[in-house]
Amino acid sequence: MSLHAQDDPDLRRAQEERLRAVWKPPEGLFLRWTDTNNNRVGVWYTLTAFGFMLFAGVLALIMRTQLAVPDNDLVSANTFNQLFTLHGSMMMFLFAVPMFEAVSIILLPQLLAARDLPFPRLSAFGYWSFLIGGVFVSGSIFFNAAPDGGWFMYPPLTTRTDLSGLGADIWMLGLSFIEVSSVAAAVELIVGVLKCRPPGMRLNLMPLYAWYILVVAVMILFAFPPLIAGDVLFEMERLLGWPFFDAARGGDPLLWQHLFWIFGHPEVYIVFLPSIALFAMLIPTFAQRHLLGYPWIVLAAVGTAFLSFGLWVHHMFATGLPKISLAFFSAASEAVAIPTGIQIFAFIATLWAGKVKWSTPLLYASGSLAIFVVGGLTGVMVAVAPFDWQAHDTYFVVAHLHYVLIGGTLLPLFGGLYYYWPLITGKKLSDRMGRIAFWIMFVGANLAFFPMHLSGLEGMPRRVFTYPAELGIGGLNLASTIGAYLFAAGVAIVCLDLALSPTRPKGKRNPWNAGTLEWLALPDDEDWGIRSVPLIESRYPIWDQKDFVKKVDEGRFFLPDAEEGRRETIITTVLDARPIAVIRLGTPSWKPMLTAIVLGAVFILTTYHLYMAALFAAFATLAMVLWWLWTGTAEIPEKPCKPIGHGLEVPLYLSGPSSSGWWAMFITMMADATAFSGLVFGYYFFWTIHAEFPPPAFPGPGMVWPMVALALTLVGWAGTIATREVHARGKVTLARTLLVASLLATFASLFAGLAGPWQYAMNPEAHVYPAIVWTLAIWTAVHAGIGAIMQGYALARSLAGRMTPTYDADIRNITVYQHFLALTALVAYATIGLFPAVA
Amino acid sequence: MKPGFRNRVKRLKVTLWTLIVPPGVWAVHFLFSYIWAAVSCAKLGEWSLFPTAFTIGTVVALGIILVSGWIAFVQSRAPGDPPPHEQGTDIDRLRFLATATLLLAALSFVGVIFTALPVILLNDCR
Repeated sequence: MSLHAQDDPDLRRAQEERLRAVWKPPEGLFLRWTDTNNNRVGVWYTLTAFGFMLFAGVLALIMRTQLAVPDNDLVSANTFNQLFTLHGSMMMFLFAVPMFEAVSIILLPQLLAARDLPFPRLSAFGYWSFLIGGVFVSGSIFFNAAPDGGWFMYPPLTTRTDLSGLGADIWMLGLSFIEVSSVAAAVELIVGVLKCRPPGMRLNLMPLYAWYILVVAVMILFAFPPLIAGDVLFEMERLLGWPFFDAARGGDPLLWQHLFWIFGHPEVYIVFLPSIALFAMLIPTFAQRHLLGYPWIVLAAVGTAFLSFGLWVHHMFATGLPKISLAFFSAASEAVAIPTGIQIFAFIATLWAGKVKWSTPLLYASGSLAIFVVGGLTGVMVAVAPFDWQAHDTYFVVAHLHYVLIGGTLLPLFGGLYYYWPLITGKKLSDRMGRIAFWIMFVGANLAFFPMHLSGLEGMPRRVFTYPAELGIGGLNLASTIGAYLFAAGVAIVCLDLALSPTRPKGKRNPWNAGTLEWLALPDDEDWGIRSVPLIESRYPIWDQKDFVKKVDEGRFFLPDAEEGRRETIITTVLDARPIAVIRLGTPSWKPMLTAIVLGAVFILTTYHLYMAALFAAFATLAMVLWWLWTGTAEIPEKPCKPIGHGLEVPLYLSGPSSSGWWAMFITMMADATAFSGLVFGYYFFWTIHAEFPPPAFPGPGMVWPMVALALTLVGWAGTIATREVHARGKVTLARTLLVASLLATFASLFAGLAGPWQYAMNPEAHVYPAIVWTLAIWTAVHAGIGAIMQGYALARSLAGRMTPTYDADIRNITVYQHFLALTALVAYATIGLFPAVA
Repeated sequence: MKPGFRNRVKRLKVTLWTLIVPPGVWAVHFLFSYIWAAVSCAKLGEWSLFPTAFTIGTVVALGIILVSGWIAFVQSRAPGDPPPHEQGTDIDRLRFLATATLLLAALSFVGVIFTALPVILLNDCR
């Protein structure tokens, strides 16, 4: 197809009809929920997260009503515990993080001029997991069974089943399930940013939103897994009595605090950076100029991401750790102010240098920065250990964290809502209502949370359900309560504005006159994402590239057609975005939803100790995943290549490091390895707190079996690599034979790994040493089992003719898994088998 | 500096992986400082290893950051395209990655010094 061919209106109309047919959403009362298009899944995701936010906000209002006057008895202490635990947990796990993922699923493909993200079905799976887990966790309060240990669930209060009820299990298992969906979204977004950019969009032309998404998704990958590891240990203690956090049997509750806050502090930046990313999009629009200091913003995002992993102990300043350790974390906490300040200055400078159009979204942006800076300044205060010892667990901390989160997450999201609503619906929200809502929320937030600094310094501890009048903090608390209601009134006006939106007429395209790609969307949106995938030469192509919108609309760029009736998008290289392939995308399907349901059943049934049913659900999940993969991935195309316009012809199949599937496997395994390192950290943590570890009274797993298991794993690993190489050279029979041998070795390593602790009759309930050894052995054995299933899967693909020497993505992807399995086995078996000899 | 050496530096490949070298060094230095303090305080009750190992480690970390910052500095001045260096060209992409690396090197340098300060100012395990 040449440029010239697109001059023909009939051809364009025919192309549009083909695209429309291919991207037609499923219809019908039930079938519509099988949709996987990012536009729809993203909107469901956003609305669900918004709903959870309102629910958690109502919980906060009940708390504030209880605290309005001294010695109030509106709710009992027990209910109050459930209220604050669920408020914090929901705002963090069911609103802030999912909202970032939801908004990104909507915006990212638009920003990158992709038809959809590379794994649409994975997004849908993430959404259904989120919905099921979220309803399960939040619904528990109606049965008086909500978690009540605070959003960080410190043991031993929460691990002792005589002190805490089902709520702790609901928190652990329900939120673990949601963590799975967060990691799924992170994989999707990282691969999306790295591999699905339009031709020409080199790293230095990427919209800053995409930079932030990349950074935040990578942070999720390293932050959530330690919590998953902590959850594993926590539930082993609650359900099986393995004493990881029980000091009487050698455990230590501080281990939970470490694992929780290694997650918990980066989490703060995980919810803050995406909101700042919204600023990076809307500030250039309203300043009508390029954002100043592009590399400085990238520095700020990447620098914050790194530093945020060195802050976790500042939540543990009062736990009696050596002061030198505290000082390291205090230093890193102060250092993180540098990149945070840099990005705020870059925004201010851009506004200063531009011709500012004072709009409602900009009002939200500037107002929230003001609130955020107050929270940032108290953050600098509490990062100093001696001050923190005074303020720890008081309302001062409550004030600090709410200033940060309202200024750094919530209000920016409202700004983003006003900015992007026309993109999603084609209609603007009311400027008048938006401004009124803003000022009410701004006053409300300050009135609610500023007095908390003072009540905290006066000595009001956090999480108390009431306080005596003699403390003299009644007036401050009443002010906070009035502020909270004011804030809620502002949110109600925003909700009213949204509810009125369907009655308003459609607006014009690109109503803010923005320069970035997402504003190519039409008010009456088409489901195909973008008419043709443009060649990018600027950071603000709509402003800078001549006749850009017209050329996109007339299909004069790449991939303007769907000749084969398939959903497609372009895959490009990581650094320079050179087009290297067209991939076929997943279509609407029940599989993601069903997989989410059976996986949800595993977690929910385990909560109620229905282990056999949970095991059955686990096998159903495995079967679903295999069915999904078998029918939906690494499909051999009907022809090797296809033209995408401008004389460019690219393959329809990729395997190895240039493919999106390989990256997804690599990224998932990075998360998996991080969770594993959380468990290994546990082993060595116990070593540091015991004078003698392993304790002489408890036998170890010996040296022989762990070494045998390691050797078998390495044989399986080497065999898989050999299979990949032999297979690529066309020797299919030899490859299959090698694969069978590797499968046997990997499978045998599963039993050899468990044989050590089994032979020495290590009793995990007796002491933390056998418990942590069993945990490492089981973790590695389970991974060996999954590795063997993958090898069997690749063998079956080969036998079924779905994997050939030319189309060999399956074997290349499972080899990535084997690398990580070998590493896991090396660390695990060296730790449990060899470390006792040198300790 | 010899022009030939400078030219070789200019041709070094920059990627997303080289971008995270300086903050990665900060992270490794930070982690080792923490582990070293935690283990020596828990196991020995004092830090007998101070100051030699810690000083060497800090100097090495600062050295790597300086070198990668210097390479980034040289590369960020690669001549070629006109300012403001926001085009989709090879040179501008190189200059962008190099500038970002240079800035990260500066931040990481400060970060490593921040981590080292407690060791100079506090010297026991209480």
